[in-house]
Amino acid sequence: MTALLEVTGVGKRFGGFVALDGINLSVPAGERIGLIGPNGSGKSTLVNCICGTLTNEVGQVTFDGKHLNGLSAHARTHAGLARSFQLPRPFASMSVADNLRVPLMFTVNARPGTHLSAAELDARCAELLTLVALDHKAHRFPRDLTQVEMRKLELARAMAADPKLLIADEAMAGLSNSEVTDIVALLIRLNERGITIILIEHIMRAVMSFSQRLVVLVSGKKIADGKPEDVIREPEVERAYLGQ
Amino acid sequence: MSTFKFSLVLLAVGALVFAAARYVGNDYVFFAGYTVLQFIVLATAWNILGGYTGYVNFGSAAFFAVGAYTTVFFHNLYPLPIPLLVVIAGIVAGVIGIGMGYLTLRLRGAFFAIATLALAVVLQTLVVNWDFVGGSRGAYVIRPESVPILGNYINYLFLVMLLLTIIALVVARTIERSQLGYGFATIRDDEQAAEASGVPTLKLKLIATAISGAFMGMAGAPFPYYIGYLEPSSAFGLAYAVNSIAMPMIGGTTSWIGPLVGALVLGITQQVATVTISSAVNLLIVGVLLVVFVVVAPNGIVGLIQDRLRARSK
Repeated sequence: MTALLEVTGVGKRFGGFVALDGINLSVPAGERIGLIGPNGSGKSTLVNCICGTLTNEVGQVTFDGKHLNGLSAHARTHAGLARSFQLPRPFASMSVADNLRVPLMFTVNARPGTHLSAAELDARCAELLTLVALDHKAHRFPRDLTQVEMRKLELARAMAADPKLLIADEAMAGLSNSEVTDIVALLIRLNERGITIILIEHIMRAVMSFSQRLVVLVSGKKIADGKPEDVIREPEVERAYLGQ
Repeated sequence: MSTFKFSLVLLAVGALVFAAARYVGNDYVFFAGYTVLQFIVLATAWNILGGYTGYVNFGSAAFFAVGAYTTVFFHNLYPLPIPLLVVIAGIVAGVIGIGMGYLTLRLRGAFFAIATLALAVVLQTLVVNWDFVGGSRGAYVIRPESVPILGNYINYLFLVMLLLTIIALVVARTIERSQLGYGFATIRDDEQAAEASGVPTLKLKLIATAISGAFMGMAGAPFPYYIGYLEPSSAFGLAYAVNSIAMPMIGGTTSWIGPLVGALVLGITQQVATVTISSAVNLLIVGVLLVVFVVVAPNGIVGLIQDRLRARSK
């Protein structure tokens, strides 16, 4: 079986600093993957290279049988790759519901064969808002939201694009214990709907309860990849996290 | 209100304005009114790029001049009716808008603004050295004394500009409420998030520069007939660049009403100042008002009123 996302030998440097060094990663459809690593290990850079925000100098990203190199970020979103940002980046001048309307109009409606009417758009917005329990704030503006609501909006907006693969970049940083449980449950619900998810996270409790597979990056290199319980016992991973 | 109804309302208002100007019966009203209308078109056009997508264009004068010089070019080659010239000028300026956008839209913020300013300098240099349109000597465009039915030619120019104003306002309002308007707003709010949501930002920005540039060019097309003698330094004048930025800023940049209000307030103030004090004081007025508004009401007059209404409804 071919994987949904195939990253082969991807490298990226910023001047003399090697941010990513020959990363290989294969993500089969339907899987829940946790991506961890210390600060500055290249997790977000990898996400940016996969999603087209940055361009990788070497290597190849293949998604759903399509080569992504050279494609702009919006074209990758159209292809079915969605992401949430580490720091929520809502459209500040639009209501919460309108924030979700954007990917519906520009991604879902841009796919051949789909055209949502105005009523269908409203229904989809309402459905997504209910999914993340933001329905009561549909007509508020992002500035009225709390931190956790902002994260939920960020996830809902990524979801609105109807993706095959969702990359959640530190969706839980700065949240309380119960809020983390909330978001993990939400992500697992999304996965059960058939969406492949890559979760980038520092909160180990969340990563361990979410992931079926764990990938570890350290200084731009992949040092471990496998079952979560095995990976965290690997001496190299322990060394990266705890020092020696 | 539907676009159709809105157009009808604007046409009715336009008819009233024209009738009122005729009623006064003084040609000066048309001369002054033409300038105010021209600034409404310029401000609305600037706002389609600067207000909706957040890209500040300092080169408005260049687009305006492209329109004006298109007219001069055809006047020397083969004189065409003004409405046709307006359309041609719109196309030429729109194409230049796309070209400029393609070269500069990868830049953001101040860098984009500087690039647009540079474009204005490049175009001015071209015109100064182009003998066919008069070069640095300038060009005379003698307008006919009168037109049938309307009488004095300035009535006709005023009417053309009035119609152009209505078209510009309808287009701006339609964009604002369409999917295109949503896309423009996402670019203004956060370009990376827009891309991640599937918005083809470069394409939309090119559309914005094309429409914005086209309307600026159209505003400039009748200008040689209005002024009678066109020289590069007047067509590329600083006043156009500054006014088309200041008017939306003072009125409010997020909706079509803002540039309209700003252009009316600033345009009329300037006309009054020209008559009562001196035309040299105009830019001073614009500058002072701009500073005051940026400090006191960063969302312009429209934003100020909206805040008041919101505070009252709470």
